[in-house]
Amino acid sequence: MTKNNMIELINIHKSFGSKIILNDLNLKIKKGSSTVVVGGSGTGKSVMLKCILGLTNPDSGTLLYKDQELNEKSRISSKFYTKIGMLFQGSALFDSLTVWENVCFGLVQGHGMQISEAKEISMKNLKKVGLDANIANLSPSELSGGMQKRVALARAIAANPEIIFFDEPTTGLDPIMADVINNLIIELVGDLGATAITITHDMASARKISDTIAMLYDGSIIWQGETNSIDSSDNDYVDQFINGRADGPIKLNIYE
Amino acid sequence: MFLVSFIGKITLGILSETGRSVIFLFNTLSNGFTRPFYFKAVFIQIIRIGYNSLPVIGLTAFFTGGALALQIYVGSSRFNAESMVASIVALGITRELGPVIAGLMLAGRVSASIAAEIATMRVTEQIDALITLSTNPFKYLIFPRVIAAIITLPILVFIADIIGIMGGYVVGTMSLGFVSESYIQNTINIIENKDFISGIVKAAIFGFIVAFMGCYNGYNSTGGAQGVGQATTRAVVSASIFILAANYLLTSLVFTQ
Repeated sequence: MTKNNMIELINIHKSFGSKIILNDLNLKIKKGSSTVVVGGSGTGKSVMLKCILGLTNPDSGTLLYKDQELNEKSRISSKFYTKIGMLFQGSALFDSLTVWENVCFGLVQGHGMQISEAKEISMKNLKKVGLDANIANLSPSELSGGMQKRVALARAIAANPEIIFFDEPTTGLDPIMADVINNLIIELVGDLGATAITITHDMASARKISDTIAMLYDGSIIWQGETNSIDSSDNDYVDQFINGRADGPIKLNIYE
Repeated sequence: MFLVSFIGKITLGILSETGRSVIFLFNTLSNGFTRPFYFKAVFIQIIRIGYNSLPVIGLTAFFTGGALALQIYVGSSRFNAESMVASIVALGITRELGPVIAGLMLAGRVSASIAAEIATMRVTEQIDALITLSTNPFKYLIFPRVIAAIITLPILVFIADIIGIMGGYVVGTMSLGFVSESYIQNTINIIENKDFISGIVKAAIFGFIVAFMGCYNGYNSTGGAQGVGQATTRAVVSASIFILAANYLLTSLVFTQ
């Protein structure tokens, strides 16, 4: 039987000391889908993403990439990092490099592309995300938060990745800029035919950019379904979260 | 009971820190000597660590040499041995003070800067970004800094030796009444190759300590701005202590002749 999953997480556990972050987490991401994982702060969304990316290792459980086990060795042998793009929450642009050098960094380092060719691709990608060529030689610190996010987006798509990860893509942006970023994500992911995995707690963004939504609560996926079915999920936790109500089964320990 | 628990905690802390730094060293070396090599990154670090440290190293060496000449003059004049000033300044600078002063200055300037830069990259997820862009941070960030410091500190110490001796010469001839020719002659007569070499070998080891402590503490920093500050402090303090300890060990084990 042929599976159609790009990424699959099976029974993933992760703790930091005595604090359990991911608890028997199971999630399937279909090829070509745009899946958003929502959940409150501290529910383990970022840790889940870091486990997939190999930035931290799960304590137990299995990660699959195209049905093959994904671990430290297989990430290198399958050249996993040359096939993905990642948009970090804080953009994570390299301060020591100019904007265009940031955009083509993965092409030069990961794909061994010549600088001149990589620079051309940088300029094209900057244009794709709506940035002017005259910012190419600036340092990231000279750009606004929204512009930095767009440069980071240009960097994430530079190598035509087959999977793109978005970590809180709209956090810290004004509503208009957040919508611009959402539109860019939809457009770029569509153009590339890539699989997108986003973590966010911005429901407006989640509804707009996803075709599937999963909700993470207490270290586990408690609901997963099509985006247009989330309002009729019949799940009290999901209802409380998407409607942003303080009352409900999700209790926040605000004194923690 | 409290004392035993306290000693136990300290011992475990030292052992785990030692283990972590050995693993970090292994990762640095095992990744650094395999392709791809980042020659441009090494060159940039040589400029940052070496060339940009020249003014501070030069000034420190000059004033240290001058002060040394004044102090030795005071001591030696009690035994009518003023003629020894040039010789002792030369030996003191080349064998001990040149490498130690340069090492300590670089611990302050370079360890701190490396730790702060890498710790900031850690807290702003730039190191994670490097990994997702197919770049091994040990190859790209750590190894070039360590190699650059090992290469540049001996050169800096060689320059510091010359400037330090010049500091002694300037004070000796302009303030203590030494004749220029005899001061230079005494300096040349006393210095042997092994005096310079001992300082240069020490410098290479101090260079490694300076860069390694900066990289290790920066890379393993946690938390936000406070974590960056703590990493920087730890880098400077640990580099300074290890330099002084290594200096004593090297002098007592290898360079007492």
